[in-house]
Amino acid sequence: MRYAETGFNLEIDLSRGSIEKVETDPRLTELHLGGQGTADKILWDRVPPEVEAFSPDNLLIFSTGLLHSTPVPGANRTVVNTFSPQTNLHAHSLFGGFFGPELKHAGYDKIIIRGKSPSLVYLWINNDKVEIRDAGHLRGKGCQETAASIRQDLKQEKAQVAAIGLAGENRVYMATIEHSNSSASRGVGVIMGDKGLKAIAVRGTRDVTIAQPDKLFELCLRLRKEIYENPICGDPMAHNDDETFHVDNFAWGNARERKKGYWKKELEEKWGELTRKLKDRDTSCYNCPKDCHAVVNYPGRQRYALKCFNKLTYLMAAHKELDFNYDILGVTQEYGLDGFSTPQVLAFAIELYEAGILTDQDMPGFPTDVEGRFFWLIEKIVRREGIGDVLANGVYWASRQIGKGAEEFDHNTTKKFEQVTIKLGKVNPPYFLMIATGEKMSITQIEGSYPQDPLPTMEEREKFARDWVAAPDDTFKKMFLEWEKRNELPFEASCAICDWNEIMHYIDDAIGLCGFLSSFRGQFGGRIPYHTHNIPHIISLATGMEIDKEGLWEIARRNRNLVRALNVRRGMRRKDEKPPEDHWKVRDPEMETKLLDAYYEFKGWNREGIPTKETLDKLGLNYVSEGFIQGGILIDNKGIPAKEITAENEKN
Amino acid sequence: MKGGLKRKTVKEIKVDVDKCTGCRSCELVCSAFHATPKYSSINPGRARIRVVIDELRDVYVPVRAGEYTAAECMGRDTYTLNGKEYDECAFCRASCPSRDYFKEPDSGLPLKCDMCEDEPPLSEPMCVQVCEPGALTYEEREEEVGEEEVKRGEMEIGLESLVNKYGVKKVMDTVARLLKT
Repeated sequence: MRYAETGFNLEIDLSRGSIEKVETDPRLTELHLGGQGTADKILWDRVPPEVEAFSPDNLLIFSTGLLHSTPVPGANRTVVNTFSPQTNLHAHSLFGGFFGPELKHAGYDKIIIRGKSPSLVYLWINNDKVEIRDAGHLRGKGCQETAASIRQDLKQEKAQVAAIGLAGENRVYMATIEHSNSSASRGVGVIMGDKGLKAIAVRGTRDVTIAQPDKLFELCLRLRKEIYENPICGDPMAHNDDETFHVDNFAWGNARERKKGYWKKELEEKWGELTRKLKDRDTSCYNCPKDCHAVVNYPGRQRYALKCFNKLTYLMAAHKELDFNYDILGVTQEYGLDGFSTPQVLAFAIELYEAGILTDQDMPGFPTDVEGRFFWLIEKIVRREGIGDVLANGVYWASRQIGKGAEEFDHNTTKKFEQVTIKLGKVNPPYFLMIATGEKMSITQIEGSYPQDPLPTMEEREKFARDWVAAPDDTFKKMFLEWEKRNELPFEASCAICDWNEIMHYIDDAIGLCGFLSSFRGQFGGRIPYHTHNIPHIISLATGMEIDKEGLWEIARRNRNLVRALNVRRGMRRKDEKPPEDHWKVRDPEMETKLLDAYYEFKGWNREGIPTKETLDKLGLNYVSEGFIQGGILIDNKGIPAKEITAENEKN
Repeated sequence: MKGGLKRKTVKEIKVDVDKCTGCRSCELVCSAFHATPKYSSINPGRARIRVVIDELRDVYVPVRAGEYTAAECMGRDTYTLNGKEYDECAFCRASCPSRDYFKEPDSGLPLKCDMCEDEPPLSEPMCVQVCEPGALTYEEREEEVGEEEVKRGEMEIGLESLVNKYGVKKVMDTVARLLKT
């Protein structure tokens, strides 16, 4: 009996049109839990490093989390993994909503997609009945429009649909996979498009059983109330008209300019009024008492779900106001474009035009107003028309294709991926480590457990430390008590902070919990719903597996090292691990080198950032260390690579 | 107090569709509460409540399962409220042949909300307990009903309606004929 999981994956080969239901090894659940953990094991086993992102041999994996379809509130994030054409590295993105739980009720823990369909298709999963269906009539349709159309064709109001828009169909690197009120980004939409897969529709009406239902229900009914009443979990910004944090602290335009003091009371009233006028309601993801997504009804646009910082990214890139952002999201979300990377690509293009690097010849009919320019560029990008064909490859690749000094304007990418537009003063050690070594390509996917700033008085610190349930042990509390200045943390503390922060995300990615209740919430202190003290017990009740805090950390470490191993095998090295040059105005190269050395050592990685044989073997990843030694990536335990492989393989 | 009257508790779930966030926790918990043994499995497909959701039209309506009906209605209803058009029969609670709703996914047997009847009784039905935003709220009120209205079995009600329609003789003859076959 498998509890909390189905024990089956769905294997789809789009080249051959084959569909298989494959039983999984329960031992892998014990080693990796599920979600991204088990997906990465599949990527390791089945996608050798020479397989390029656009190869039919690349896999696109949709994973449910281990706790999906259990009563655990907020366990609904589906994780999508593949290899990205933008970074040539591991791609990871999560989306909320209802898809994962529905898939589990259909009888599957994962959908593993390989090959490429000769024509545009969609997948229809109705419990045991699985079909690859023609999607010719859906070509060019918007994401939500596609979902609605599929539901209608199938007469399945309750089918959950994940779809790509025009951006994904045309292999735009910033393409998303949209589902309900959520979306997955960072390199997964482009692969879905490359495989010729327009959408996946799922309907599941099978039972999911859990090991100790009475106890788990009792615990979860209590947790739900706590979550509902707790103002620091969920997305507090979803219900706050005060945007000071983002507009004053994040950089505008092409991640150029901070506008300290931009926020005014009048703006709060003006923007708040607009939001109230346009918002129909707030919505939740599956089985979550929080309501972090707003349904926006902008005149002349289709309704769409607003999430998180997407509310501001376009307006800040364009130096406009909220009305513009609400308007453009109605277009970009239907096309399936990521709200973090896309605005940066647009602002980057406008800078190049203003610098004379892109000209009217490249951009015939380019409007003079910034709103017009944004809309114009989007139409070109999603169709890969003219300059859009270049910009659709993201800032890093576009700047190199354009040349003529355009490379200088690529100032905010790490590992070739657009970073959140943060430009600060003095280098901050834990943040340096997180941005440099994170492999989920965004600071939002690694930060969140340790506070961003110290508290001024000892009294406040003591109170914070006392109430701080998320802190894994007293060393973090001690660290916090002794912390005076934001940018001054000892190496040891910085390493431990970076490690804890990312471990929490690796736990969430495996069990399907939302970061807004877990990995992104420890930083606010107090009582948050999920942390390393109670997650093991919850997993035990759901699955029947014996697991304690140490065991949970070990699994998360195993999963984390497996992602590193996948990327190292594809050529990622120390040279790739650096934050954007201008992320901080004041840098300290000598300190940064030493800090990175210290962190690699802390993680059990060698000076190139490669996990040592000892580290891998201790985590039961012997097959990885053997592969590294065979491939000359490790010579011996302390060895540096025998040969230089670069992640910068030439494209296409 | 007048003789022949007796008090009856009317259980009511109020639905405020404006407060529904579409999380479907009600479906999850309903299916688990009605599993045998209780909570042993989860399957919103078996829930006796379903949230009708249409994101494009901002439609979020929790509907509880009502009576089973062997035949569908003579006509269908669609509603438009505040400019939002709802699906055909969107608010209907019947388990009926026109749709797959409120039927056991495997057997097709009808499902009906029983207000989570339990021993000892729950303070509120489970769907209400998990509806933190307050789209579902529970109320009980006392009503006076005629004493002769003792609870009668389904068969008695059914037979009475047949007698009213066809007369006693025809019903008796039919029963006699059925017994011979």
